[in-house]
Amino acid sequence: MSEPRSEQPHRKDVQVALAGQQNAGKSTLFNVLTGARQHVANYPGVTVDKKHGQYSDDLGTVYTVDLPGTYSLTSFSLEERVAREFLLGERPDVTVNVVDASNLRRSLHLTLQLLELELPLVLALNMMDVAASRGIQVDKDLLARRLGLAVVTTVGRKGEGREALRQAIRGVEDGATATERPHPAAVVRYGALEPAIEQLMARFATEPRLSDLPRRWLALQLLQGDTAAVQLLAERLGDDAARPLRETAGRFIDAFETAAGIEVSDHVVSCRDQAVERLLKGAVQGAGNGRPSLTERIDRFVLNRWAAPFFLVATVFAIYQVSIVWGYEITTYTWPLLAKARELIAGLLPGADFLVDPYTRSLGLWLVDSANTLLNYVPIFLILFAAIAIIEDSGYMARIAFILDKILHRFGLHGQSTLPLILGGVFAGGCAVPGVMATKGIPDTRARMATIFTVPFMNCLAKVPLYTLLLGIFFVEHKSLMLFYISTMTIVFALLVAKLLTKTVLRGQETSPFVMELPHYHLPTVTGVLRRSFERTWQYIKKVGTVVLAVAVVVFALLHLPGLSAERKAHYEAEAQAAVERFAAALEGNTYRDVALGGNLVPLVRYFTDYKRAKLNATGAAGSARVTERFQARNADFYPLVKPPAGDRDARKAWRELRKLARARQGLRKDMREERIRTSLLGTIGRGLEPVTQLAGFDWKINIALLSSFAARESSVATLGVLFQQDEDQNATLEERMGAETRAGGATALLAVSMILFFALYPPCLATTIMVKVQTGSYQWMLFAIVFPTLLGLGVASAVYSIGTAVGATGIQAMSAVYWGAVALLLVVGLVSDRQASRRLRARLAET
Amino acid sequence: MLSLNDIRPGGRVRIRRHLSTGAVRQRLLDLGLMPNAVVTVVRSAPLNDPIELKLDASNVSLRRREARTIEVSPLEADAAEPDHV
Ligand SMILES: Nc1nc2c(ncn2[C@@H]2O[C@H](COP(=O)(O)OP(=O)(O)OP(=O)(O)O)[C@@H](O)[C@H]2O)c(=O)[nH]1
Ligand SMILES: [Mg+2]
Repeated sequence: MSEPRSEQPHRKDVQVALAGQQNAGKSTLFNVLTGARQHVANYPGVTVDKKHGQYSDDLGTVYTVDLPGTYSLTSFSLEERVAREFLLGERPDVTVNVVDASNLRRSLHLTLQLLELELPLVLALNMMDVAASRGIQVDKDLLARRLGLAVVTTVGRKGEGREALRQAIRGVEDGATATERPHPAAVVRYGALEPAIEQLMARFATEPRLSDLPRRWLALQLLQGDTAAVQLLAERLGDDAARPLRETAGRFIDAFETAAGIEVSDHVVSCRDQAVERLLKGAVQGAGNGRPSLTERIDRFVLNRWAAPFFLVATVFAIYQVSIVWGYEITTYTWPLLAKARELIAGLLPGADFLVDPYTRSLGLWLVDSANTLLNYVPIFLILFAAIAIIEDSGYMARIAFILDKILHRFGLHGQSTLPLILGGVFAGGCAVPGVMATKGIPDTRARMATIFTVPFMNCLAKVPLYTLLLGIFFVEHKSLMLFYISTMTIVFALLVAKLLTKTVLRGQETSPFVMELPHYHLPTVTGVLRRSFERTWQYIKKVGTVVLAVAVVVFALLHLPGLSAERKAHYEAEAQAAVERFAAALEGNTYRDVALGGNLVPLVRYFTDYKRAKLNATGAAGSARVTERFQARNADFYPLVKPPAGDRDARKAWRELRKLARARQGLRKDMREERIRTSLLGTIGRGLEPVTQLAGFDWKINIALLSSFAARESSVATLGVLFQQDEDQNATLEERMGAETRAGGATALLAVSMILFFALYPPCLATTIMVKVQTGSYQWMLFAIVFPTLLGLGVASAVYSIGTAVGATGIQAMSAVYWGAVALLLVVGLVSDRQASRRLRARLAET
Repeated sequence: MLSLNDIRPGGRVRIRRHLSTGAVRQRLLDLGLMPNAVVTVVRSAPLNDPIELKLDASNVSLRRREARTIEVSPLEADAAEPDHV
C-alpha cells in the first residue's frame, strides 16, 4: 500500500474501501465520513475515478477510498474490474458495503459476493429515510446475526449514522483476524455445483502461490468462465500449471450444464437470489405496499408519450434561460471587475512608449486579456453546472437518456450521451472539457468514443464571440435565422459525424446494451449541487490557469518573433522622429511649448490617448465630469492641451498639433504591427497555408486567427482583434474595423459562412484534446481528434466557398443550403440505418 | 416463444430464460432480471424504444433489441407455479 502507516504501536492507521451498487450513496457517505474539511483528491482514471480521502479518530488515520459503483463483481465492465482489482490487490483493512435499504433484494447479491472475497465487511444500510417513506422496515439486528456482520443504518444525505459507522469500522478492524472467513450462515450453497467447487478448492489448497486468494471465490469464478480469473491463475502459476486447472474446470462446467440444463452463471445467480431471500425473510417487512410511489406518479406525467417532449424542451429551455441568458446578464456586472483588474495590472507594468512598447507590457496585457476572456464565463458556468447537477441529482437526467436513446442510438451514440452533449453546449454555451469528462459514465465503449469525438462540435461558449462578430458584420438582416442555424446545426453535424465514425474508424470498438436503472426521484441537496457546480467550474478555471496561459505565451512568441529587421526599425524610427520634429516646429513660440516638449513628450501623448479613451467610455454627464476631475488631478499642466480652455488660442493650436502627432504615431504603430505579424513565425505559417485555405476563402490573417484559436477558442476573436487592431485610443468596435477592412479586401458574407462552418467543425481546443487523451487513454485517438475535424472543416468550408462563389450564392443562401442539406442527409441516414438494424436483428433471432 | 418485447405496457410476466450472452446477460441478471423473476412492463419511451420495466423495488429500462432476447411467460398462465424453484 502506498499510503504511509504510522509506526507508533498504540496508533493504528487503517485503510477502508467503500463498495456498493451504483447510486447506493457511497460517495455521499464518503463525504460524510471524511468531512468537507478533509483533503479529497481526485484521480482521474481512464474511465472511472477512485476517490481517496481520509479522516482521523482517536486511534489514528483512516484512509478512505470511494470505489466506482458496481452491481456485481464480474470482470465484464471496466468499473467492476477496477473495484475488484482494488479489493483483491490492496485488501483494504475494512470494506464498507453501502446498500440501498429500500432495495435490499438486489443489493445483497453484491454483499454475498464481497463475503466470498473474504473481506472484513461492515454493512451500511443507507437510504433508511427512503425505506421508511415506502413503509419498509428492516430488522437490522436480525440481519446482522444472519450475516455475521456489523450492520449500521445511515442516511447519507443528512449525515446520520456517521459515528456508528466510524465505530463499526474500528470494531471490525480490531477483530479482523478472528473474522477472516465469512460467517457460515452467510456462505451461499450452490447445490449441484458444490462438489466441483470443493474439488477445485482442494486443488488450490496444495498450491502455495494461490495461498493469499479466497479459494471458494476463485473456484466459483473459474466455473463461471470469468476471463480475469483465468488470467489471474495463469499469472500466478504460469501457463503450464494453470492449464490442467482450467481444463478440470471446463469439464465440470460441461458436466453441470448437461445435467442441470442451465448455465453455471444462471445457476449461481439464482442460488444467490435464494440465499438473499432466506436472509431477508422476516428481516424486512412491508416492501411493495402496492400504492404507486411518488416516482411512479411523477413518471406518469413526465414520461407520458405526448408530455415527455414538452417537458424535455422546457427543461432544456430553462437551463438555457437561467444559465446562458441570465448568466450573461451577470457578466455585465462582473466584467467591470475584470476590466478593473486589467487596469490595475496595466498600471503596474512599464508604460507604453512612443513607438514600441516594452515586451513586459505587451506580454503582460496579452496574458491578462487571455485570462479575462475565459474568466468572464465563470458566472455562466457556475449556474450552468448547478442547473445540470440539479437535473442529474433529481433523477431526471436518466429519464432524458430514456427519452432520447432511440434517436441517439440510431446515429451510434447512446442515451447517456445526452449529458456530455448538453455540457458541451448543444444549443449555445457550454465547454467541451467537462463535456468530454462526462462521457465517462457511458457504458458502451463505441458510443462513448463517438460521443468524445462529437462533443467538440457543440457550441462551446468560446465559439460564440466569433459567431457574434461575424453575424454583426455580415448578417445584420438575417441575424435571427443565422442564429437558429448556428445553434441547431451543432447537433445535426454531431449526429452525422457520429454515424460516420461508428461506421468507419470506430467499427471495431466494443458495444454494450442500454440497460439502465431509472432511479427514484430525489430532491437534490444544496451542498451536493454546489459542490458539483464548483468542482466542474474549478476544472474549467484550472484550464485557464495552465494550458491556456502557457499556450498564450507560445502564440505571443510566434506572433512577435523574429521581429522587424534593424533596417525596418530604423525606418519607422526615422518616420517617428520626423513627426515629432514637425510637432516641435509647429509649436515654435507657443506658450505651451515647454510643457509639451523635452522629456514630457511621451507622457503627454499617452495622457492624450488615455483621456480620449476615458471620455469615450464615460457614461452620462456625471461620468464625464469624473473623468475631467481625474485627468486634472493627474496632470494639471497637460490638461489645457487635451481640453483647450475657451479663448486660449495657443492651447487650441497645441491641441490640434498634438492630435496630428497622436494620429501619426497611431498609423506608424499599426503599420509596424502589421509588418511584424506578417513576417512573424505564425504569419509565415499563415501565409504558407494560403494556397490551401484560399479554397475556403481564408487569407493569412484569418489563418493566423484560426491557428491561434487552437490554444483556446476565445483567442480567435482576440487575435482577429490584434490583426485588425487600430490603436490604443481607437474605440471603433472590432466589428466596424474588421468589416471595413475585409469588405475593402473583397470579403463577402460567403466568406463569413465559410468561416462559421470551419469553426463549427474545427478541432477541439488544446485543453479538450488533452481531456480526449485522458478519456481515451491514447495519443493516437488524441491526434485523430485533431486531424479529422481539421480536414472535415476545411473540406466543408472549401466546398461551400468554392461552389458558392461559382454559382454566385449569397451568404444566407449558402448557409441555408448547407443546413437543410445536412438535415435532409440526417433524415435519410436515420431512416436507412433503422431499416438495416431491424433486418439484422431479425436475421440474428432467426438463427437462435 | 414469447419475448419481453411482445408484452404491452401493463403486462406482468415471469422471466424464463435469456438468449443473450456475456456482458449483456450479466448486466440483465445483475439488475434483477433473473430467471423466474416477475417483471411488469411499465411503458415504452415516447419513440417506442426503449421500454421501462418494474421489478421488485426498482425500475429498469432496456432497448427492445435486448428485450427480444428475454423469453417470458405471461403470469396468468403461470399462476399455479410456486414463487421460486
Ligand atoms: N434520500 C436519500 N438519498 C440519499 C441518501 N444517500 C445518498 N442519497 C442520494 O442518492 C444519490 C446517489 O448518491 P451517490 O453518493 O452519488 O451514490 P454512489 O453510490 O456514489 O453512486 P455511483 O458513484 O454512481 O455508484 C444522490 O442523489 C444522493 O443525494 C440517503 O440516505 N437518503
Ligand atoms: Mg459515487
